[in-house]
Amino acid sequence: MASALDPHAAVVAGASGASPRLTTADGQPLARALARASARARRRAFLLVAPLLLFVVVTFVIPIGQMLHRSIYNDGFAANMPQISAWFAENPSGTQPDEAAFAALAADLKTAADIRTIGIVGTRMNYDVPGTRSLFTSTGRKARAGFEPPFREALIEADEDWGDPTLWRAMRSASTAYTANFYLAAVDRTRDDQNSIVQVPERQQVYVMLFQRTFWLSLVITGLTFLLGFPIAHLLATLPMRKSNLLMILVLLPFWTSLLVRTTAWMVLLQQQGVVNDILVWLGVVGQDGRLKLIYNQVGTIIAMTHILLPFMILPLYSVMRTINPSYVRAARSLGASSWTAFRRVYFPQTLPGLGAGALLVFILAVGYYITPALVGGSSGQLISNMIAMHMTETLNWSMAAALAAILLASVLVLYWIYDRLVGIDNLKLG
Amino acid sequence: MALPTYASPLERIWHWAYIAICVAIFFFLIAPIVVVIPLSFNAEPYFTFTEKMRSFDPEGYSLRWYDTLLTFGMANPDAPRTGSWWADAWNNARWIGAAKNSIIIGIFSTILATVLGTLAALGLSRPEMPFRRIIMAILISPMIVPIIITATGMFFFYSSACVDTTSTFGRLLAPVLSNSGCLANTYLGVILAHATLGIPFVIITVTATLIGFDQSLNRAAASLGANPRTTFFKVTMPLILPGVISGALFAFVTSFDEVVAALFIAGPDQQTIPRQMWNGIREQISPAILAVATLLVIFSIALLATVELLRRRGERLRGLTPA
Repeated sequence: MASALDPHAAVVAGASGASPRLTTADGQPLARALARASARARRRAFLLVAPLLLFVVVTFVIPIGQMLHRSIYNDGFAANMPQISAWFAENPSGTQPDEAAFAALAADLKTAADIRTIGIVGTRMNYDVPGTRSLFTSTGRKARAGFEPPFREALIEADEDWGDPTLWRAMRSASTAYTANFYLAAVDRTRDDQNSIVQVPERQQVYVMLFQRTFWLSLVITGLTFLLGFPIAHLLATLPMRKSNLLMILVLLPFWTSLLVRTTAWMVLLQQQGVVNDILVWLGVVGQDGRLKLIYNQVGTIIAMTHILLPFMILPLYSVMRTINPSYVRAARSLGASSWTAFRRVYFPQTLPGLGAGALLVFILAVGYYITPALVGGSSGQLISNMIAMHMTETLNWSMAAALAAILLASVLVLYWIYDRLVGIDNLKLG
Repeated sequence: MALPTYASPLERIWHWAYIAICVAIFFFLIAPIVVVIPLSFNAEPYFTFTEKMRSFDPEGYSLRWYDTLLTFGMANPDAPRTGSWWADAWNNARWIGAAKNSIIIGIFSTILATVLGTLAALGLSRPEMPFRRIIMAILISPMIVPIIITATGMFFFYSSACVDTTSTFGRLLAPVLSNSGCLANTYLGVILAHATLGIPFVIITVTATLIGFDQSLNRAAASLGANPRTTFFKVTMPLILPGVISGALFAFVTSFDEVVAALFIAGPDQQTIPRQMWNGIREQISPAILAVATLLVIFSIALLATVELLRRRGERLRGLTPA
């Protein structure tokens, strides 16, 4: 009989013969001891990750969450115009603005003008009804002198736009800080007089077109990186290791070179007086005055981005192609397949995992590209990121920027999720 | 890539055409980077090879753009080049200031990203790690999320995350915060942002190294009486060091090349090289930009060589020597 002190009897069978319970040397049930040990191991592993997870959540996840909150929350009107906001809350939608409403509006305008928040209110309303910023600031100036009742007549006399039902509807929707209007605007929609959702006038439709262009250009760039990357990856995978390591440097050098340097290089090369056009003229392909416009348009964006993203296609393709056994193709050939058939039916299907990984990665990165289109894109090569940057730095319509960012982020996250399902993030390789 | 002896004439033609295509694609990859180097020595303010450059006339080449780089922003660039001239350059030249900022921000963000990233990679590559998939996805996401979204989020967060500079806590933190007690427009803010962007690269390279790591070595060390800390520093660390260093280099390059976050959250005091380049390109592009580009290309060649050497060393250490 094994004693508890016997080191060889770390696990002893329980005394009852019917259901033997396994116990550890110190007499505990094995299952519980194992559970405790593995819980400890899990805790240890998690503790190693915890500092970084906390860091990323604080410096990355929370800021983005906060930013997205801005896309549905804008209190520029509600916080600075409390009395009229309260009137909107008390009276159901569709109520004609009465004298009380105008009185509340006049009081709010006076307060806002006095404490100089009228500009914020006007800017907020300007997002929904273009041209109203000046209406608010000019009436605010008059309001500081004070309006006499009846307020309705006084305000309409100050500016007849105050009687406009469109403005009142917009003010009602802005009187609650939470709004979906920025998302509507981000898909080129707005609310009409009956409060139903309609398309904005054709000349104001920009965002849907920009999203379409972003996805279309990303697809083109992904296709081009595939066409250029596949032969290179194949060559590198079939050469002997020593030679392919040398050639690999030609792929990795652009990968390690600064993005701005590569973009600058393309700006220099593709200019109308640049090297590419000079060579084309010298070769007689184009005439001296027929120099091609290769930059500050979509062509520039496509060329530069294809060059920059090409390594992201080559590297995953290469690592999959390395593992393909060459004897499959030889077997196909010996069974009578032509080299094209052997490639198409035997070799190519085996490269699909690498192709999927590369294409998804290139597409994900291309959809969110900002720097290169901003520098070489001109106006026809701008992507949705550039529109977000414009709203952030020029028009200062931050809620609009946030709504566009939310849509872009959602599409990137869907692609990222597909990538994780198909490829696995663990298989992401860098050189 | 040898052609089999039974290849038909058509296959021979295709084989050589294929080689030609590959050479053309390699040319496409490398030429834009290489062409910048001679153009930066242009004596004229043009972005193409002048007549004199094509005939290799020494007069066609000059170092004037490198000189511009050095003197741009100096208080007294035309003074004789004595000690005080160099002191002026060191203190006032715009590009030297940008280089100093880039290096400071790069080093600190790299240290932060590497230490935290390596610890996390060690945890993530343990089989017991709970919620591994989702945590990994979160930690890699700064690489995937479009930079403009990240920068926008950080801009709002850093301008709103402020402390009261008159409180005890605020006084303690005041040296690293801006005058208003916020993270925006501070070195610390840029360092934190760049560390976040560099973390995915550290995680990817270190976990890749740990896949080839034999966990029984750790158990062997433990069974020989080493405590976890000794095991880590004496056994694990030397073996994964090549991966850690290349992860650190990736993080450094990420920071060194980062424009958008720097544009949004850095103040005028944190002008970095990419930001200075961005301004130069947007305002009035001059061949001086090509001189910077040349220096950066040389820098990336040096980095690439280091990473390649490390990779080979790592493979040799783990017994994966290439044929």
